[in-house]
Amino acid sequence: MARMPVQFRLNGSDRAVFVEPAETLLGTIRRGLGDFAPKFGCGQGTCGVCTVLVDGEPRLGCLTLSVTCEGRSIETASGLADGPTLHPLQAAFMEHFAAQCGFCTPGMLMAAKALLDRNPNPTRVEVVEAIAGNVCRCTGYEPIINAILAAAQQRGARRA
Amino acid sequence: MARHQGRGMASINYPIGMNLGGDPSQALVHANPDGKFTVALSAIDLGQGMKQVSRQIAAETLGVPIEDVYVDTADSDTGPHDMGSFASRGTHRVGNAVIVAAKEARGVLLEAAAEELEVNADDLVTDGKGNIHVRGAASKSITVKAASQAAQFKQGKTISGRGIFLIPLSTVHPETGEMSPVTAYAHACLVVDLEVCDETGDVKVNKLTSAYELGRALNPKMVEQQLVGGAWMGMSHALYETPEPYYPNPEHGGRDYNQYLMPGPGDIAPHDITVLERPAPDGPFGGKGPGEMCANPVLPAVANAIFNAIGVRIDTLPITPEKILRALKAQGGARPQVRRA
Ligand code: FES
Ligand code: FES
Repeated sequence: MARMPVQFRLNGSDRAVFVEPAETLLGTIRRGLGDFAPKFGCGQGTCGVCTVLVDGEPRLGCLTLSVTCEGRSIETASGLADGPTLHPLQAAFMEHFAAQCGFCTPGMLMAAKALLDRNPNPTRVEVVEAIAGNVCRCTGYEPIINAILAAAQQRGARRA
Repeated sequence: MARHQGRGMASINYPIGMNLGGDPSQALVHANPDGKFTVALSAIDLGQGMKQVSRQIAAETLGVPIEDVYVDTADSDTGPHDMGSFASRGTHRVGNAVIVAAKEARGVLLEAAAEELEVNADDLVTDGKGNIHVRGAASKSITVKAASQAAQFKQGKTISGRGIFLIPLSTVHPETGEMSPVTAYAHACLVVDLEVCDETGDVKVNKLTSAYELGRALNPKMVEQQLVGGAWMGMSHALYETPEPYYPNPEHGGRDYNQYLMPGPGDIAPHDITVLERPAPDGPFGGKGPGEMCANPVLPAVANAIFNAIGVRIDTLPITPEKILRALKAQGGARPQVRRA
């Protein structure tokens, strides 16, 4: 089948690519655009390592067709840091030892960002719900939950 | 329907590494012309902290700032031989090899500095900040960088060291068969509080309380990280993970990620950890390492807590709701055991 043109914003820059009709957003971002932050784990929507934000909402890159992203704004973990300055979530993940192998981290960060963007002051239960679709093999989740809560608190303190 | 509370405990004695062919690890250390050091290993770091701990050990032994040490690992084509990262052997075996290699490299570094300063190498000390000076005379000094450059461009010396760690072969006692497969053991004790639902067979872990003895904690935050994550994995092995649920036979088992269960962020329990440090005589700076021991005590403690809650002994893993319900049926219902405070 003919390849189709798609245009969207990726971490703030306009990108135009040709994609196969059945191509996933994860494939387009990784292979087509060379952003390897979102990972490929299961490819069937069960592990969350491919989580990216589409217009601010967390989406599984492995289950999202690229052609549905025309005109949308996509965010990946590569866009979090501002030059050498880490995003508060990245800094909190580091502070709280919330990554070991790091394979789940790009997905966790994006799921957490979506949460904090719409709910800057979440409860522990809300944090757990926000990352419930993201599997982590190493940390036992506790440090990740603590990091997200700490980042929220820090952001709150800066706003006050 | 009732939910029964149970408490179980387990203590373990965990051997660090093994004795197959002496269980060797090797390390190579060398200085670059900028006075920074590279440690080459084949040991694998998949997030446990092998690189960080090797870096700390090398910096401490060399007497240079930790920023000046780079650890290059996980390429078995270019690194020296290593048995691998398993059996909780990394910190102990690799750490010891790094110490041997770093000591040799430090010896050459001090000789190069001595030649430049025209003093005896035995009189030199490092300040850990990138300088080498004569003991008791801080002004008679040279930077590590200048000494490395002199060695490289003037003296024609390589500042390098080779290290290997091999554990002594243990002989087998001819009559008793007794032997000592390893030289260091770590220990742990863990208490699990949980509840079992006698209608659904569901187990909810409420709290873990543990004490781990792992030699000196070379990086306390990373030790804690290992213990928290490892205990979670123990809970996962005890109650969730299996490649073949038998409902009713393996052909109906899980085929992919979707059906391979692990506890999610909502299934975790608070874990109160105490780390006991008893430096191991043959450990690198006394370290033994957390390793697999993080997970091990959780499994028997969970099985014991289930017995305590409902009086059934389940001896195959994982302890699924199905197994609990079958055991309860065979026993004719829950028989909660005595609970001690
Ligand atoms: S790769 Fe997309 S959910 Fe696993
Ligand atoms: S840090 Fe390894 S999977 Fe989460």
